[in-house]
Amino acid sequence: MTIGLGHYLTVSSMLFTLGILGIFLNRKNVIVILMCVELMLLAVNINLVAFSIFQGNVVGQIFAMLVLTVAAAEAAIGLAILVVYFRNRGTIAVEDINEMKG
Amino acid sequence: MLLRALAFYVFAAVVVASGAMVVVSRNPVYSVLFQILAFFNAAALFLLIGAEFIAMILVIVYVGAVAVLVLFVVMRLDINLVEIREGFLKYLPVGAMIGVVLLAEILLGLGVLGAGSTTIAALNKQGAQVLAIENTRAIGRVLYTQYFYLFQVAGLVLLVAMIGAIVLTLRTRPGVRRQKVGDQINRTKEQAMTVVKVPTRGGV
Repeated sequence: MTIGLGHYLTVSSMLFTLGILGIFLNRKNVIVILMCVELMLLAVNINLVAFSIFQGNVVGQIFAMLVLTVAAAEAAIGLAILVVYFRNRGTIAVEDINEMKG
Repeated sequence: MLLRALAFYVFAAVVVASGAMVVVSRNPVYSVLFQILAFFNAAALFLLIGAEFIAMILVIVYVGAVAVLVLFVVMRLDINLVEIREGFLKYLPVGAMIGVVLLAEILLGLGVLGAGSTTIAALNKQGAQVLAIENTRAIGRVLYTQYFYLFQVAGLVLLVAMIGAIVLTLRTRPGVRRQKVGDQINRTKEQAMTVVKVPTRGGV
């Protein structure tokens, strides 16, 4: 019973789907939406690393590191925006964020 | 080999289960904690496959920095839990449907590709590649030569994120008194004191 590439791809696709599902279900909670985006990025990372290992090519892992960098930056900026928004409005419900609507 | 397969299934099951708990748990704090569990187990999956460096980076960056940051923000904001959970059941049917369809499509595509395409089947057959040098050394050799500019751009992205986060959350509150050293040093005798001529028996 060997673990192949398909096993890793299956896990990653399940995680990705869970992330999308979480965005659908927690439409009011920005924090959980951010966390779901991070789950999806983790799924992408699993894909990249699995292909990289099974191909014997290290470039995929470098791309995984870059994805991680972007994920960290996104989390920092997103949470900063969230804190500022909460300070101004006293709520973080997504439906109330409509001030830029034309 | 059996032990490896068993470990893979355990870690994969925990990753998927904790990912599901991130989505469905009632309290955002629990979501963050389950997310930490998911990241730990994903790191274990990477270790199993032989990508040690990415596994450790995952633990350090995600668990040590991002998850703690999210946890700080979740605990700092005063969130109305009841209000935030309102739409959950309403969106559950359509969300679950889309999720199931999407997963089925991805897996179907994977299965078709795995059966039909030469690449995935071939990769699957040859198994995990073992590099001649250690994982970290291999990454370093490529990262600091071929992808050096990309590496620096990644650093720039982090710098922009840092400056952006600071600029966004910095605020100058009115009414807060801070020590201004320059003003204190530049103060002259004329600014600091006035000579008042006090009339006799008049008081100031």
